[in-house]
Amino acid sequence: MSETAFVRWRDLPRGRQLVGGAPMCAGCSGLEVLHQVLDVLGEKTVIINSAGCMSLLVSYPYSPLRGSWLYTAMASAAAGAQGMRDALDLRLAQGMPAEDDLQVMVLSGDGAAYGMGLSPASGAIERGLDFIYLVYDNEGYGNTGQQQSDATPHGAHTASCGSYRGWKKDLFAIWVAHRPAYAATLIGSEPLDLARKVDKAARLKGPRLLLALAPCPTGWDFDASATVEVGHLAVKTGIWPLKEYVDGRITHTKVPRERLPVEDYLVRQGRFRHLFEPRRDEARLGEVQAAVDAYWAELPGG
Amino acid sequence: MTRLLLTGNAAAAWGARLAHADYVPAFPITPQTEIIDTLAGWIESGAMPGRLTMMESEHSMLTAACAAAAAGVRVFTATSSQGLLYAMEMVYAAPGLRNPFVLVNVSRGVQTPVTIQSDHTDVLAARDSGFLQLHCASCQEVADSVLLAYRLAERVRLPAIVNLDGFTLSFTREPVELPDAQEAARFLPPLAEAFGTTARPFSAGRSLAAGAAVLDSTAYTYFRYQSHLAAVAALQAWEEVSDTFAEQFGRRYDGVEAYRMDDAEYVFFLTGALAGKARGVVDRLRAAGCPAGLLRPRLLRPWPEAALRQWLRGRRAVMVVDQSLSMGKGGVLHGELASSLYGQPGAPLLLSFIGGLGGREIAAGELHEMATVARRAAEAGEAPPPRLLFTAGELRVVRKQQALAQVAEEEKR
Repeated sequence: MSETAFVRWRDLPRGRQLVGGAPMCAGCSGLEVLHQVLDVLGEKTVIINSAGCMSLLVSYPYSPLRGSWLYTAMASAAAGAQGMRDALDLRLAQGMPAEDDLQVMVLSGDGAAYGMGLSPASGAIERGLDFIYLVYDNEGYGNTGQQQSDATPHGAHTASCGSYRGWKKDLFAIWVAHRPAYAATLIGSEPLDLARKVDKAARLKGPRLLLALAPCPTGWDFDASATVEVGHLAVKTGIWPLKEYVDGRITHTKVPRERLPVEDYLVRQGRFRHLFEPRRDEARLGEVQAAVDAYWAELPGG
Repeated sequence: MTRLLLTGNAAAAWGARLAHADYVPAFPITPQTEIIDTLAGWIESGAMPGRLTMMESEHSMLTAACAAAAAGVRVFTATSSQGLLYAMEMVYAAPGLRNPFVLVNVSRGVQTPVTIQSDHTDVLAARDSGFLQLHCASCQEVADSVLLAYRLAERVRLPAIVNLDGFTLSFTREPVELPDAQEAARFLPPLAEAFGTTARPFSAGRSLAAGAAVLDSTAYTYFRYQSHLAAVAALQAWEEVSDTFAEQFGRRYDGVEAYRMDDAEYVFFLTGALAGKARGVVDRLRAAGCPAGLLRPRLLRPWPEAALRQWLRGRRAVMVVDQSLSMGKGGVLHGELASSLYGQPGAPLLLSFIGGLGGREIAAGELHEMATVARRAAEAGEAPPPRLLFTAGELRVVRKQQALAQVAEEEKR
């Protein structure tokens, strides 16, 4: 028996949990991911949102959700999830029918998840909170015009830096260090891999991370029609490894057989244009490629 | 009914227990910690049903409180000083969600410099948030105010702060009459009844969005006015709530405590535990022939403006004693009262005294001196500039400390 309901593409749900009319940018991968995640989770979901692009998803008097939504603040969505889960548990103990229960899911951008929301998330994991933490990671403070965040990758141009000298924080590793029930990286361009992971997460209890790289036409400067293609390149170049952590083990779920050069991914995005024009920045390009190579080399069998 | 010797903190915890609070998100901070320790002990032993979750900050604690209140359980939490300030984003966010819960603040000064001693600057920083604010002067009032605050908050659907002075109330034992659990439940029925047991918010099959953004100023203004009007409506609701409480328990809590006000010409105006000492000074002034009285707003929000105007019409002078300091302005209470009395017929002269910062004791002698200053001012028909209480002896102490800290002469000013 398969551990997932999603073996083939045609198995993917078409529940349309997220209906039309969301005020996101064209080609927003965060929205693409949320679509796919909610279609697996279903309507018995309450989203606890932290400040970010998606905070505009529900703007009074409209909501594109079949489930529920609670906006908190930038830092403390995980604490909101704690209050919601605790209240639902109390109500279950007080006689609320089990079928009225909700899956509690944080929806956070990378700015909050990698930065000011880290301490509340860490506290929630440590307390063993039963919740899903979905991050749409577009590698910058997108809602305010793509300033550098703790998730910004090496070499990226943002509204607040010419070419980022730091290195993207490893949020997956930070979560794994907490020994959560589950952690996975996702990308919207791999719906089957995504659905399997969401399905697995939904069947588990405890703290569960779903960390999605979210190609962002507005912030990364590429055409809105290229979101899926940029996502494919992120996987094929190995810059965004698809993996999961469960039962103390990390497994890579989609290993690129032959990794494309990382510049195939970078060159598609205006935020890296300065690495190619007016002349190639061989040093920087080499640093990024070396970091990707080192990651995969460290893997068993890499 | 049980009569116990309780600290202010224990009285607050008893209030939460008698209110049948379901959920306590918590974080320790002096001088509030005894409250959550007490509740944790009761919940651990099963003496009190419910759940206490230790959060990793006060900001998270308030966020969890907001979320749980939104999901329809009765929430209690407590903090002090820096904790309240750290949570301030959520203190301002909570009222607009329109879900009632009670936050006990054990008043303590705020940094810089760091202190753990009492003053009211912390709670007054939450003045404009939309939280209702009840200020207590005794341990009995603390226990009762928690019950009163729940009933008021659930009536107008706003969260409420119950404030007690750090140390002077939090760690002082006083005899407290506690109602039986049944009596308390009669005064404060379960929150679930307000929602209906099956129809509480955030359940499967009920799509609900809370705390959403608005895209225009029209909706924003509408919702902000709604919260304001709910807070104003809490004044009328307080009358009913406090009447019911008085009928049931025999203790009356008017929005403004008036002590020997009948023919008073010189009126102390202050909040919190200092009232105990001030009542004694009023008695002695009266014995010495000075017609003194005391007014103490229990409700700071909503602000009982009409009652204050009524009480103060035709009095000669008011000695406003602020235990807080709005930098660049002065005493917060003084400003609040002045705005209520400006242009009112028969308004008394207002004198501003600032003291009690960081636990600095306001001596009975200083209260007597305030009355003397007030009489002189009334005769002259002019209020003196605000006075910052500080004695020559205190200055000598600071000079000694500065010497130890090797502060250069020219830096001492």
